[in-house]
Amino acid sequence: MTVLEQASESGSAALLEVRHVKKYFPIRKGLLQREVARVHAVDDVSFAVREGETLGLVGESGCGKSTLGRTVVRLLEPTAGEIIFQGTPIQSLGTRRLRPLRREMQMVFQDPYASLNPRKRVGTIVSDPMRIHDLGSRAEQKRRVAEILETVGLSPEHYNRFPHEFSGGQRQRIGIARALALRPKLIIADEPVSALDVSIQSQMLNLLDELQKEFQLTFVFIAHDLGVVRHVSDRIAVMYLGKIVELSPAEELYTRPIMPYTEALLSAVPIPDPDLAEKRERIVLEGDVPSPINPPSGCRFHPRCRYATDVCRQIEPPLADYGNGHLAACHHPLNVDKATLEQVGVSERHSPAEADQSALPQDTSGRSNPAVAPDTRSR
Amino acid sequence: MAERLLEVNDLKVRFATEDGIVQAVSGISFELERGKVLGIVGESGSGKSVTAMTLMGLTRGVNAAFEGEVLYKGTDLLEVSDRDMQEYRGNELGMIFQDPMTSLNPVYRIGEQIVEAIQAHERVDKRTARARTIELLRQVGIPNPDTRVDNFPHEFSGGMRQRAMIAMALSCNPSILIADEPTTALDVTIQAQIVELVSRLKDDFNSAVIFITHDLGVIADIADEIIVMYAGRVVERGSKRDVFYDPQMPYTWGLLGSIPRLDRPRPERLHTIEGSPPSLINLPDGCKFRPRCPHAFEKCKAEPGLENRVETPGHFDRCWLDVEFKRSHRDETISGGSAEAA
Repeated sequence: MTVLEQASESGSAALLEVRHVKKYFPIRKGLLQREVARVHAVDDVSFAVREGETLGLVGESGCGKSTLGRTVVRLLEPTAGEIIFQGTPIQSLGTRRLRPLRREMQMVFQDPYASLNPRKRVGTIVSDPMRIHDLGSRAEQKRRVAEILETVGLSPEHYNRFPHEFSGGQRQRIGIARALALRPKLIIADEPVSALDVSIQSQMLNLLDELQKEFQLTFVFIAHDLGVVRHVSDRIAVMYLGKIVELSPAEELYTRPIMPYTEALLSAVPIPDPDLAEKRERIVLEGDVPSPINPPSGCRFHPRCRYATDVCRQIEPPLADYGNGHLAACHHPLNVDKATLEQVGVSERHSPAEADQSALPQDTSGRSNPAVAPDTRSR
Repeated sequence: MAERLLEVNDLKVRFATEDGIVQAVSGISFELERGKVLGIVGESGSGKSVTAMTLMGLTRGVNAAFEGEVLYKGTDLLEVSDRDMQEYRGNELGMIFQDPMTSLNPVYRIGEQIVEAIQAHERVDKRTARARTIELLRQVGIPNPDTRVDNFPHEFSGGMRQRAMIAMALSCNPSILIADEPTTALDVTIQAQIVELVSRLKDDFNSAVIFITHDLGVIADIADEIIVMYAGRVVERGSKRDVFYDPQMPYTWGLLGSIPRLDRPRPERLHTIEGSPPSLINLPDGCKFRPRCPHAFEKCKAEPGLENRVETPGHFDRCWLDVEFKRSHRDETISGGSAEAA
């Protein structure tokens, strides 16, 4: 059974299924605009999102997470692959047949300053989707807008105001209201909180949580900060250079990261506790994400990976299943015991004895990963 | 004892706008010694950036009014003429801005921009300035600086642009580096690199750093002293340990509690500071945090002074609540009651 089949089988019902999706952007040069190279923004990505769950999509700038989000709702055309939404393949639907499905999937964008038309009033911004989809009379639309504004924590009196009269957090609420206007099933939220102050960020995360419960929403939550994603996600996919390199139930990713890239991402999340911050091991990733025009050979993470060996440079590791819905693509998996290693059949970084020692079930109460928290009992 | 570089005494900044007088900064005082890192924390609109820009003389204008003193090595920078301020800016105080995408000129090469900064302050020929630029780029960790120096900003990634900005800020060897949200626009991984870089350069250049941020987590590593600002005021001030382990101001608790923490079990709900910061034109009476404070009581209708209310000297706060009450109640806010689990 392939990894993909398992992913779709284990869930109750997959609302969204993405199969081997690729998105390449051509680079054209010269008079004839010949294609000279391609940006491999999303390169063979597969995952499924179950109804009612939140899938976190994490990675650094340039890893393709936003492109993937946009491709999934067909704001961008996939180069290859299948996107199945509620059982319908949508990757090649025409505009007319796509439109009713678009009602079911909406986006919340990153920048609350750029994603709202400054010349339109809040009421118009939020009711536009209903107008476009011809839902209800004008009066009904207006009533609905007032209702949604209240749901997201704004006041119905804000109907006639312009975006510039609002703070960043309030604008992001308007963006969320707009996404909710059509009562969608799926919301793709692309870095919805990264432009906000921490205090406002937490308000927004709680709001998304409440909305999910109230409207049985399914979320794909795109972010670069594993701290933020943990709070909202049921499962988390870590992306690197256009590929999913680890996919895991949320809590497990934090206690037991398998891919060294995930370990490094975790260690970069700031901890507001000076003693812990000082003691924990910080894995500083040197340099930036390599260019997706010419991705590195083998494992794409190998130039920045501290465990990299020859095999990493030559052979691309497959996304292997480590049980419990935890997938990872790595030749030198961390936090895996010997038995699982043999089962999965990937090379091991540690000698077998060491592998057993450093393997998980050490401490069920939590944190076995030194990069995350070295010793919580010290204080 | 370390050399005292900067002493700010009761600085106030007001701006006249069409809507009324904006009290951007209402009385902030601090000192900064060589080799130290001062963190200034607060939400948007708390006056932290205006404070930084005033130190640099960037808020001067017909609509701005200042009170108090900004003593840099004994000279009051508020009194210095615009012309002389040029000399301090860059030479004595360097600044890194929040958004590396917009603070570099897109039509000039990175190197040219740094060379320009050096030549604006020192009489050196272009070749020397260029050599120094390359050396600076190397120090801030740009790979292949001798070719990268001729790149345009769009050829740099966000993290590299911020490094270039840091190189520019350090080009004339300032004693004080002011970093205004230098990591907010960056990925967490790059953020960690930049924080480490700033802290290393502080030692290399033997300077002091003012690090402004809205996220207490970012400075947990590097700050020596921390100032928490709210509505243009200092509401808590103390050593890093004071602020993180014995915070006295409910606003500080809120800031600490809002951060999703990886070192603790996931809470059901994140703590939030309800509402938003007050308008700086119409400030509430009494304690400015009262409208958002869950612990506000009768006495808060009068504004508390910034006083030392705990045993630790040098730890100041603006809160009327009883210290013991605060110590027993703050964990509900900071860790959502899950403190026992930790």
